[in-house]
Amino acid sequence: MNKPLIYALLLSILMVAAPHAEHLPPWVSALCAALLVWRAYLTRIGGALPKRWLLTAITFAGAGAILIEFHTLFGREAGVTLLILLTALKFMELRSPRDATVLIYLACFIVITNFFYSQSIPTALYMLATLLVIVTTWVQLNGQSIALKPRLKIAATLLLQALPLTLVLFVLFPRVQGPLWGLPQDAFASSGLSDNMAPGSISRLSLSDEVAFRVVYAGPPPRREQMYWRGPVLWLFDGRTWTPGRTARTIAPEFTNLAQPIDYSVTLEPHNKTWLFALDVPDRLSVAADLTHDFQIVRKEPLKARLRYDARSHLAYRANLRESEQQIQRALQLPRALNPRAQRLAGQWRTEGANDAAVTQAALAYFNRENFSYTLEPPLLTGMNNIDEFLFESREGFCEHYAGSFVFLMRAAHIPARVVTGYQGGEYNEVGGYYIVRQSDAHAWAEVWLSGQGWVRIDPTAAIAPTRIERNLAAAVPDNAALPFMARSAPQWLRDLRLNWDAVANRWNQWVLGYNSELQFAFLTRLGMEDITWQKLALNMTFVLGLVVATFALFMLRHLYTQRPDKVQAAWLRLCSRLAKAGLPRAPHEGAQDYAARVAAARPDLAEAFRDLATRYSALRYGGEPDEQARQMFLQRAATFKVRQGIIRAS
Amino acid sequence: MNHSLNNVITQAEQVIVGKPRQIRMALACLLARGHLLIEDLPGVGKTTLAQVLARTLGLEFQRIQFTSDLLPADILGVSIYQRDNGKFEFHPGPIFAQMVLADEVNRATPKAQSALLEAMEERQVTIEGTTRPLPVPFFVIATQNPTYQIGTFPLPESQLDRFLMRIRMGYPDPQAERGLLSGVDRREIVAGLAPQLESAELLALQQRVQQVFVSPALLDYAQAILRHTREATRYAHGLSPRAGLALLAAARAWALLDGRDAVLPEDVQAVLPGVASHRLQPLGERAKQDGDALVQELIAAVAIP
Repeated sequence: MNKPLIYALLLSILMVAAPHAEHLPPWVSALCAALLVWRAYLTRIGGALPKRWLLTAITFAGAGAILIEFHTLFGREAGVTLLILLTALKFMELRSPRDATVLIYLACFIVITNFFYSQSIPTALYMLATLLVIVTTWVQLNGQSIALKPRLKIAATLLLQALPLTLVLFVLFPRVQGPLWGLPQDAFASSGLSDNMAPGSISRLSLSDEVAFRVVYAGPPPRREQMYWRGPVLWLFDGRTWTPGRTARTIAPEFTNLAQPIDYSVTLEPHNKTWLFALDVPDRLSVAADLTHDFQIVRKEPLKARLRYDARSHLAYRANLRESEQQIQRALQLPRALNPRAQRLAGQWRTEGANDAAVTQAALAYFNRENFSYTLEPPLLTGMNNIDEFLFESREGFCEHYAGSFVFLMRAAHIPARVVTGYQGGEYNEVGGYYIVRQSDAHAWAEVWLSGQGWVRIDPTAAIAPTRIERNLAAAVPDNAALPFMARSAPQWLRDLRLNWDAVANRWNQWVLGYNSELQFAFLTRLGMEDITWQKLALNMTFVLGLVVATFALFMLRHLYTQRPDKVQAAWLRLCSRLAKAGLPRAPHEGAQDYAARVAAARPDLAEAFRDLATRYSALRYGGEPDEQARQMFLQRAATFKVRQGIIRAS
Repeated sequence: MNHSLNNVITQAEQVIVGKPRQIRMALACLLARGHLLIEDLPGVGKTTLAQVLARTLGLEFQRIQFTSDLLPADILGVSIYQRDNGKFEFHPGPIFAQMVLADEVNRATPKAQSALLEAMEERQVTIEGTTRPLPVPFFVIATQNPTYQIGTFPLPESQLDRFLMRIRMGYPDPQAERGLLSGVDRREIVAGLAPQLESAELLALQQRVQQVFVSPALLDYAQAILRHTREATRYAHGLSPRAGLALLAAARAWALLDGRDAVLPEDVQAVLPGVASHRLQPLGERAKQDGDALVQELIAAVAIP
């Protein structure tokens, strides 16, 4: 093993293992780094590799420590850790080209494991670069004398040549349902809305600029203040936290007077929850899910993979006009002992107001008139009567404060009301032609039930900070608030860059990562394939792979078939093969005359006839003037030439 | 087949016993208008071969013994002041002969070597501004000792390329050696040899060599050989196009010696050791390998298309 090759191998492993350092146990990272440095040092000074017993001891100690750390040697975390540790150890017994080949295969395998943790475009690009380094090292292993530049060129050519096969495998390889390779649950962090709301829960979410979902409208998009993406509906209040309570799934929701239909498709990031998001009231959905009585869309399983679905919603509607008494009672539930001032204020409105609608208007007017402010950093309200504290003392809050206290006031005034959480608004991406809804767009609002109108959305935040609804969060809160960087008014070029990047990432998500069994099915059906089963896919894949390989082979070996032998040559080759069967094969480099001499020595009975043939062949193939008569004569004699001639002819 | 050419071969074989292949190679080289390099130990008959060829072909013969103090003027000639008429008169050097034997060429300094090699290439000599053509035919047989012997200046690769062929004499086989030891003194025999060819006949034969037919199939084979030396990893570098031309010229001459008017792959294989062994450098571990063995490998590696 020469030094440059060992350094190249070290570089390959270092590059491919580096991203794992983030989640490996620190002692493993340190041990592996120490092993690699040790090997580099030994290579530099030309020292001997460590003894076998020492390596065995380190191996068993390492495996034991991993077993203690993870309680197993299998699964993603423990498996990857073990793999990397053993790869680093393999360096300590790197002696022959065979060991180097093993290391290269290991490096290729570690490339795959990196995708267990991240499947983003930067990861993919970095892995491509790593793969180039690995293949270049591989070329170096097999051709020591090739300089760096041609070596890189060979490696790049190899990768390029692999591209068609990659595409075929990508499109046709049978997909398993669920996330990539059936990853364990911990592969997905759960972020986003939760199923309860306490003061601070949504304002905390507003600090994250992670993407919640992306939306493409089929027609013209609705106005911004109509983009209310409904999520969990909260009924139950314990004085501090709003929770959904027991949602009646058996009662069907009821819509009447639907108008303003709008079609759109949503690409939802995995959030590890069961609900999906839709505008107001959806009546069509392309995936299997239930619509609950309070119009939430709920799946059976938590969402662990990115999901794309089409939906149709109506922005004008009458929902549950005839609400059941049980639901009305749930929507009036209140901890009666708490927040007496708020209850008194609501009672006052009740006596003043002519009807329920007038009471809601009074409440909104109150929010608008009094000195309320909208802020991301409201003071912490810790008392039992925190709604009183908010309404009459601090008067600084985020949307969850307004929505919560508004619903409390309504219920106190005997108007059925509930809290709805979800997202509001979104940022338009001109490059991709879609809206991005981020976690910072999380929002909470209220719905009240008015007789004759059903459930009506009322957003108290709009009464205090209309800009939040009409524009975005950054416009609504003071400049010094701790907003996520991108929600601020960043320079235009930076915003453009960000939007471009998001558009690319969206394509990547939808067409590369999101290419699951459903999309595969849809795509192949459009190509005209019928009755798609995984067996059929596997068969097709094998066939197309064979086709691609055969095409490549034909292209590379084309010089073999452009020189088709002429008739004389073919007859000569037949003669040779006949003699070969008789135990006298012609060596590929053997000329006709030399061959004839050899045949004559071995088979005197054939000597005369074959010498004649060889001389004629030589004259026809290498001679100056093509003579048709001589050509025919040769072909005829070659055809009638018999290997099994008797010895008698020798006379 | 040319009758006189047969006589030449027969007569040479009578003197240089047991070396028919070397005699044919030397003749082929001469007919292809190339120059010949013979590399071997002293005393195996290099000089005798040159002398026999010169005698038999009726060529004017000169011999230059190369030594470390040989000067270019000793080869090319020098102008000497004549007191009688007060003019410089050119005294031609030994290079002005139809056949020149440059003995132990690698004992001389590179300066003297290049004087000879330039004359070989140009077939003319320029001294003090005057260009003087060399006689026709002009044929140089250079001999050199194996380069590992002391006191030698090995010819650089570019100079080796000037020789159409390089051959080895080799020890005679026991039977031939017996005849050699028991027979008459070779020098006497050589002195008594009668020319078998006229100069004009020799020139005509050289013309005929160029008319020997080379078919497309044979060009395919020659190109396959050249390509193999360039693509295979065992050679330091492949054969040049000039080497390819030399190969075809030598193969044509070989075919003519065999009495054919078209070149066969066998002809190419026969002359390839002479043409390629001094032009191919083995690479890496094979560095000590003999050039001839390398060429045999090359022949075995290239299939006849």
